[in-house]
Amino acid sequence: MITAAGLRKSFARTPVIDGVSLEVPAGTCLVLLGPNGAGKTTLLRILATLVRPSSGSLTVAGVDALRSPEAVREAIAMVAHGSYVYEDLSALENLRFWATMGGHDASEGRLLAALSQVELEAVAHERARTFSSGMKRRIGLARVALGRARLLLLDEPFTGLDRQGRKWLSEFLLAFKGGGGAVVLATHSFEGALGVADRIAILAGGRLVLDQPAADLSRDDLRRLYDDLTEGSPR
Amino acid sequence: MTAYGRRAWIVLWKDLLTERRSKESLNALFFFSLLLLFLFQFALGPDRERLQAALPGLLWLGFVLAGLLGLGRVFIAERDNDCWEGLLLTPGDKSAIYLGKLLANFVLMTVVEVVLVGLFGVFYNVDLWGVLGPLAVVLFLGTVGLSAVGTLFAAMTAQVRARELLFPVLLLPVQVPVLLATVSATQIVLGGQPLAEAASWLKLLAGADVVYLVIGLLTFEFILDA
Repeated sequence: MITAAGLRKSFARTPVIDGVSLEVPAGTCLVLLGPNGAGKTTLLRILATLVRPSSGSLTVAGVDALRSPEAVREAIAMVAHGSYVYEDLSALENLRFWATMGGHDASEGRLLAALSQVELEAVAHERARTFSSGMKRRIGLARVALGRARLLLLDEPFTGLDRQGRKWLSEFLLAFKGGGGAVVLATHSFEGALGVADRIAILAGGRLVLDQPAADLSRDDLRRLYDDLTEGSPR
Repeated sequence: MTAYGRRAWIVLWKDLLTERRSKESLNALFFFSLLLLFLFQFALGPDRERLQAALPGLLWLGFVLAGLLGLGRVFIAERDNDCWEGLLLTPGDKSAIYLGKLLANFVLMTVVEVVLVGLFGVFYNVDLWGVLGPLAVVLFLGTVGLSAVGTLFAAMTAQVRARELLFPVLLLPVQVPVLLATVSATQIVLGGQPLAEAASWLKLLAGADVVYLVIGLLTFEFILDA
């Protein structure tokens, strides 16, 4: 689904992503770990075609994403720090807006089913202004459920979710993978990461310092490797 | 309806619904317009001849100043919760977003203009009933021009820090052809002359509208992406 080679990005001559290469096949999940400032969000934004890398190549769903970003955006869904939620619209209205913008079926039954999937059907007609950040994050995931995305990019998706929400999110991601979708997830949550990852990558100082199958790593191994590999990098 | 039309419609629907609920722009614009009327009244005094001569300019000065307040805010809601990023990621022709935003601005400005024209009539004791038809034509063409260029510059400046300063500085010079034509056409219409007398100004206005609309539709994608 994603093939990236030698991605580099600098802001004001400061390298933020420095020669990152990675591959995420369909039906798998890559979890990106790394301290603050390691470049996780920038890498996700490059994969989402929101930021153009200074050099390197990126193919998403078989299409050159740097040459034709518009062509791959239909295959991409992103749940970033911002929830893409309009505060003065209800949960249902938010979904109607994004489904229509994405060119998807925005019939009320389908929207309610998506809200039911994220356990928000009881507040479907309430304005998002009254929602917690965790609820807004769920609206973002309902938006993903409505689309036809094959690549899901998530930035700190476990933030703001309670225990039940985390469990639900893990199930959602497993189902998305099961349907043939690819997931790239940036997080600080080791527990959340190990629950859904097929591969675990650690980013430090803009470089990919580890990329291993998750099955080879226990939680203790991961913590030890994380501490060793990120020691001295900016946090 | 085509996918393009549905996208433009949903942006229009979302902006108007948000405004109806928050009333952030409309409330501010009404009070601002009311204040302008008082200020003009104090500045010009009771001299009716002076008032008649200045009225078209005052009317459009009111619309432009209200427009600067209202149009500048049109993309602010997109910055909350990173909705701007969400719009960027939507597939399809991004000019549908521009069209939806432009129509929403057009509707909001028209509401403000209708109220402002009514208040002008009352405050300055001007009988507008006889010229309502021709005046509506001038207002329509002028508002399309103001909305088209205002929406484009609002998008351009939405992500910059000094947008409150940059927006009017960029917008006002570009609006000169629209303002020149609308003020002149309004003067002819309010003077009781037939609309045909203002034909050359209306042609200039329609031409400017088409140019601004085409530029907006063609360049919006690059502005959103920048």
